[in-house]
Amino acid sequence: MIVRVFLLFMAGLIIYVAPMSCIAQDIRIGSKVFTESVILGEIIAHLARETGASVHHHRQLGGTRILWDALLAGEIDIYPEYTGTISNEILSGEGLVTEKEIRDALGSRGLAMTGPLGFNNTYAIGIRQETSDRLGISTISDLRKYPELTFGFGNEFLERGDGWPSLRTHYALPHIQVTGLDHDLAYRGLVSGSIDAMDVYTTDAAIAFYGIQILEDDLNHFPVYDAVLIYRGEWEESKSNIVKFVNKLEGRIDEATMAAMNARVKLDGLSETLVAAEFVADQFNVVVTVRKTSWFANFLVNTYEHLKLVGISLTAALVISVPLGVIAARWRKLGQVILTVVGLIQTIPSLALFVFMIPLVGIGGPPAILALFLYSLLPIVRNTHAGLTGIPPDIVEAAQAIGLPRLAQLRLIEIPMAGGMILAGIKTSAVINVGTATLGALIGAGGYGQPILTGIRLDDVGLILSGAVPAAVLALLVQGLFEVVERFVVPKGLRL
Amino acid sequence: MFELEKVSKRFNSLTALDDVDLIIPNGRTTVFIGPSGCGKSTLIRVLMGLIEPDHGVVRYEGAPVNAGSAMQLRRRMGYVIQGGGLFPHLTARGNATLMARYLGHPTEDIYHRVDELAELTHLPSDALDRYPAQLSGGQRQRVALVRALMLEPDVLMLDEPFGALDPIVRYQLQTHLRDIFRGLGKTVVMVTHDIGEAGFFGDDIVLLREGRIVQRGPIRDFVDRPSEPFVEHFISAQRTLIDSLEDGT
Ligand SMILES: Nc1ncnc2c1ncn2[C@@H]1O[C@H](COP(=O)(O)OP(=O)(O)OP(=O)(O)O)[C@@H](O)[C@H]1O
Ligand SMILES: [Mg+2]
Repeated sequence: MIVRVFLLFMAGLIIYVAPMSCIAQDIRIGSKVFTESVILGEIIAHLARETGASVHHHRQLGGTRILWDALLAGEIDIYPEYTGTISNEILSGEGLVTEKEIRDALGSRGLAMTGPLGFNNTYAIGIRQETSDRLGISTISDLRKYPELTFGFGNEFLERGDGWPSLRTHYALPHIQVTGLDHDLAYRGLVSGSIDAMDVYTTDAAIAFYGIQILEDDLNHFPVYDAVLIYRGEWEESKSNIVKFVNKLEGRIDEATMAAMNARVKLDGLSETLVAAEFVADQFNVVVTVRKTSWFANFLVNTYEHLKLVGISLTAALVISVPLGVIAARWRKLGQVILTVVGLIQTIPSLALFVFMIPLVGIGGPPAILALFLYSLLPIVRNTHAGLTGIPPDIVEAAQAIGLPRLAQLRLIEIPMAGGMILAGIKTSAVINVGTATLGALIGAGGYGQPILTGIRLDDVGLILSGAVPAAVLALLVQGLFEVVERFVVPKGLRL
Repeated sequence: MFELEKVSKRFNSLTALDDVDLIIPNGRTTVFIGPSGCGKSTLIRVLMGLIEPDHGVVRYEGAPVNAGSAMQLRRRMGYVIQGGGLFPHLTARGNATLMARYLGHPTEDIYHRVDELAELTHLPSDALDRYPAQLSGGQRQRVALVRALMLEPDVLMLDEPFGALDPIVRYQLQTHLRDIFRGLGKTVVMVTHDIGEAGFFGDDIVLLREGRIVQRGPIRDFVDRPSEPFVEHFISAQRTLIDSLEDGT
C-alpha cells in the first residue's frame, strides 16, 4: 500500500516534470544582477533580434563570477562587463592596464571584446548643484580649498583600498568631518544639507533625480570602469552580422544617457525592455514592439519554473536518498560514510554550490536543480536511516523468523514501520527545497526568486513580496500536502 | 530431528553457547530451562538459523542449517518470540496471516484457519481486528501463538510463550496445547523458567548454565538424580517458594 502510494506520487511528479526540453537559442545574452546590466542586455537583445537570430536573455543571471564562468563554459555568448572589473577583479593577477592588454588576455581565452560603449561607471564624488555653483567647485582638487565641507560616504567606499583612504592621500584632502552611512541615506543627507559631498557611481539613477553635480577626477584617482561587451571569439567569423551590430554600440552611450536610462527604470518604474527599446529606436531607428506582460502571466511563469525546480530536484532526491538510507541502515560502516558525505554537502553555502555547478552543467535550471537535489538528500537519508535502525530488534527478528526473504522484510515490515520517519524527512526536504529554490534565480533558474531579485535591485517591496509570499504559501501547501499523505502512509497501528 | 555438534556462540567476550552437543528428536517436546542469560534464546535462534554459530554444525533432518537453507526451513517452523515480536503496523489478523498471504495461499483457507486458531487459543474474535498496541499482554502472546501455528509447521519454537497469561487461561492453554502437540506428533522446543511447566510439557528437559548443558532427561531425573549441586539448587529454588507459601497456611 505504502509502496503503491509512493510510486504513484513519483509517477505524478515525473509526468508533471516531463515537458522540460529546451529550445536551442542562436544567441544567449547574460546580464548581472543590477539594473544597468539588465538594460544593456536588453539593448543587445533588441539589436540581435534585428539580425533575425533567435535570442534568449538570461536576465540578472548573477554576479561577475557567475557571468564570467558561464561565458567561459559556453553557456552564454555575450554579456556587458567593465574594463576595471576585468583588470582588477576577474584577471587581477595579470597586471592588465591598457585596453589592448585586456583584449589580448581575453583573446587567449577565446573571447573578444567591443570597444568602450562610451560611459565610465566608476566611483565619483558628488556635491549639490547649488554648492557647486556657489563655491565654484567642479573638480575634486577644488575641494581642497574648502576644508569645512562635510563628507558622507558609504561604508564600502570608506574602507576600500581604492576608496576614501587613497582618495584623501591622492588629492591631499584636509577634511576631517567624514561619516560613514548607508548609500540611500547619504542621498537624503546631501539633499537636506546635512552633508556636502558623497560617493556615487557615475551612472547612478539618482544623480539626475537629485540634481547632483559630479566632480571631475582631475588627478585620475579612480580606476576606469569603461563599459564593454565581451563575447565569444568565434563569433568574429561565424556570426559576423551580429558582431557588426554589437560593435555599433561602441561610443554610443555616455554617462548621462546611461544614468537617464537607469533612472527611467529605477525611478520611473518602466521595464528594462521598454527603456532599451526606446534607446535602440532613438539611436538606430530600430523599432521594437514591447509586449507588456501582465502581473498574472509573470506569476504563472514563475510558479511553473519554481515547481519545476522543486519537483525535479525533490523527485530525484527521493529516488536516490531512500535507497541510500536503506543501504546506510543495512551496512553500518558504509552508512557512516554516506551520512557524513550528505551531511558535508549540506554545509556548502548555496551560492558556492551554484557556482561549482556552472562548469559542470551550465546555467539556469540544471545547476539549480542539481544543487537543490544535493541539499534535499540529508533529511531524507538521515530519517530513512533513523527510521530503519530504530525498529525494535524483536520485530526484525520476527520478520526473519516467519521466513520472509530480505526484500520482502524491507517492503512489508521495515519500510512501513519507518514510513512516518521517512515521510517526515521528505517533508523537511520539500519545505527547505521550496525556500532554497528562490536562490536559483541567482543563476538564472527563474522561479519566485526572480521577482525577489528584481525587487531587491529596484528597491521595490511590492515586487519582493510578489515572490516571497507565493514561496511561503507554496511551502505551507507542500507541508499540508504531506500531512495529508501522512494519514495514508503511516499505518494506523503506529499512530495509536 | 535437530542435531547440534559442538556448537559455540560468543557475543564479543561473552560466551552464550559453549560447545553444545544436542539431539532434538521429532514428535516430542523438548524444554530448555536455566537461569536468565544462560543461552536459551540463543540456542533457539541457532536452531532456526537466525544466528550462525561461531563453531560447530546444526543439522535439521540431516541437512545443515545455514544462510542458504534457513529461510525455507523457517517456513516449516513456527516461532513465538520471547516478548511476542508482533508487527505493530498490522492488526492481529494481519500479523497472523502475513506469511500465508505472502505465499499466496487461498484467502478462504487463510481466514478459516485464523478463526480456528483464535478459538483454540481463546482469543476473543474482536481482538483479531485490533492492532498490537490495543491488545493486552496475554492477548498478544496468543496472537503470537496463532501466527506461529498458522502455516501448520512441523516444528514449533516457543520462547516463554505463556509469561503474560493469567493462571487460568495459562492452565487451559497448556493442557490444550499439550494435547494438540501430542496428538499431531509435533516437534516442539520450548523455553520456560517454570519447572512445573517444564515437567508438564517436557518429554525431555535440558538445563543450561552459562551456555553449557548441565543435565538432560525427564523431570523425575532432575529431582531424583541431580547431576550436580547447581541442578538441585535450581530445582529446589522454585519448590521452596511454593513450600514456604504452603507452610504459611
Ligand atoms: N545480540 C546479542 N549481542 C550481545 N549479547 C547477546 C546478544 N544476544 C544475547 N546476548 C547475550 O548472550 C547471553 C545469552 O542470551 P540469551 O538471550 O540466549 O539468554 P536467555 O537464556 O534466553 O535469557 P532469558 O531467560 O533472560 O531470556 C546473555 O548474556 C545475553 O546478554
Ligand atoms: Mg530468552
